[in-house]
Amino acid sequence: MDLLQLLISGLANGCVYGLIALGFVLIYKATEAVNFAQGDFMMLGAFLTLTFANSNELGLPFWLACILAVLVMGVVGYLVEALLIRRMFGESQIAIVILTISLGIVLRFVAGVIWGHEPQSLESPLAGREVRLGGLVLGFDDMTIIIVTILLTAGLYLFFAKTKIGLAMQAASQNQLAAYYMGIPVKRVHALVWALAGGVAAIAGILFAAKGTIDPSTGLLGIKASAAAIIGGFGSLPGALLGGLIIGLVEPLSSRYVAAGVSQIMPYLILLIVLIVRPHGLLSQVRAKKV
Amino acid sequence: MGEPLLKIENLESYYGPIMAIRGVSLEVHEGQIVTVLGANGAGKTTLMKTISGVMDPEKGTVKLSGEEIQGRDPDHSVRKGVVQVPEGREIFPLMSVEDNLKMGAFTRTDRAGIAADIDMVYRYFPILKERSTQDAGTLSGGQQQMLAIGRGLMARPRVMLLDEPSLGLSPLLTKEIFAIIKRLNAEQKVTMLVVEQNAKIALEAAHYGYVMELGRIVMGGPAEKLRASKDIQEFYLGQQGESQRGQRRWKNRKTWR
Ligand SMILES: Nc1ncnc2c1ncn2[C@@H]1O[C@H](COP(=O)(O)OP(=O)(O)OP(=O)(O)O)[C@@H](O)[C@H]1O
Ligand SMILES: [Mg+2]
Repeated sequence: MDLLQLLISGLANGCVYGLIALGFVLIYKATEAVNFAQGDFMMLGAFLTLTFANSNELGLPFWLACILAVLVMGVVGYLVEALLIRRMFGESQIAIVILTISLGIVLRFVAGVIWGHEPQSLESPLAGREVRLGGLVLGFDDMTIIIVTILLTAGLYLFFAKTKIGLAMQAASQNQLAAYYMGIPVKRVHALVWALAGGVAAIAGILFAAKGTIDPSTGLLGIKASAAAIIGGFGSLPGALLGGLIIGLVEPLSSRYVAAGVSQIMPYLILLIVLIVRPHGLLSQVRAKKV
Repeated sequence: MGEPLLKIENLESYYGPIMAIRGVSLEVHEGQIVTVLGANGAGKTTLMKTISGVMDPEKGTVKLSGEEIQGRDPDHSVRKGVVQVPEGREIFPLMSVEDNLKMGAFTRTDRAGIAADIDMVYRYFPILKERSTQDAGTLSGGQQQMLAIGRGLMARPRVMLLDEPSLGLSPLLTKEIFAIIKRLNAEQKVTMLVVEQNAKIALEAAHYGYVMELGRIVMGGPAEKLRASKDIQEFYLGQQGESQRGQRRWKNRKTWR
């Protein structure tokens, strides 16, 4: 029973990692840029929700605060692409990587100025409540995180498979030139992908904040999430979630069965092992293009 | 004949300092198939890209029914009715055949019309219907060319620009593709501008032809006249062995802007 609870809590953490990783992969697949500020987007989303919802701040209803935070982060993502990344067209990958790393540093600094460096908690209706199933005590927060992640994944799947703009995002990621030929406004599609990644980051941030405290350095979780993305095979959306779940599960298990400190390095140990055994990640789409 | 559907005047396009087309003028009348012949590097693809808005010209105009469309994004040109079926097919490899077709109709919003046109494409290319749910990257080269043409049709173009539809195809398949191009022109009234190195087959299908060399149009005339011309026979109809085709396989995928 104890173990099961541990697993569920680990699964919930894994969902958050997975969602941040999903943001990485979304942007990478569609635009071939790697957004190292994805974790900081998450942190910003969490702080925005806190500002909108907490009673000593704006005190809006929780659901409204969440929606607003997701929308604002969508706009932030869109603007980052339109104002910064787009100007880098033709520059090397490294230049874009440095840009996004710098962006992350700036966002952490700005968050520190606005919200301070003390850990703060989101007043979430989920906190402290639990469901009892037989002998199991399941936190409302953990359950919500898992359910929201499942729903969001299903939603994203339908979005990419069924909607015109979702298909256009796929098209632009698979063959940018051809998408351009077909009259797909590739630049706008890229900005929309960044908006989507911003929104997903905000959801990850809300879920993260529902379980614990946040401070500006929370954004560094993005590093762990990028390990998750690579484990899953950078470029695979299901892989990103899977990578996140694996890390989420391994952390509590290793600190329980191996040694407390080990959980800190486990994600990277797994990353190394995966890279040695399956260099393209677990669920990579290494299929040669027949063009 | 009245005003041409597509009229190109003194078009000049550059890659950095390299002038790839040097003052090209040509006309395509409604309902015609017009072909542009030329050897490797003549500037045929550059011309197509400049017409479809993928590249911006330095000088000159592209007029569709009298309206200038050059120097805008393909997004604009496609909406106006000019669609390019790119050289080397350029399908979306991990999307299904049907989703590829839907992307051809990206600029359209008439759902019923789109569905009807998917059926129309399937009538011309029954193999695509058979493979409609399969990933496009798993199609054979010829099937991918059919998909690329079908995807172009989905934009309901007034003029379709076909860049070397025979590239990498067997002589038999090339014939088949050109037969369908002719049928589409006759039955669906799609006006076509076809770039080819395979002069023989292109001149058989076309009403009118131009010859391009080093970025310039050096000759133009009705297809039957060109077929009879000595120069064409010497330079194009004589020398289209497999070697010339074969060499082109390694060609890099082009980057845009
Ligand atoms: N991206 C590019 N950058 C620089 N020069 C280019 C580029 N693309 C084409 N060129 C040059 O422009 C000229 C015309 O090229 P273009 O691709 O239009 O020829 P083409 O007639 O289509 O040839 P092919 O039959 O081989 O497709 C060539 O000299 C080529 O080297
Ligand atoms: Mg060419």
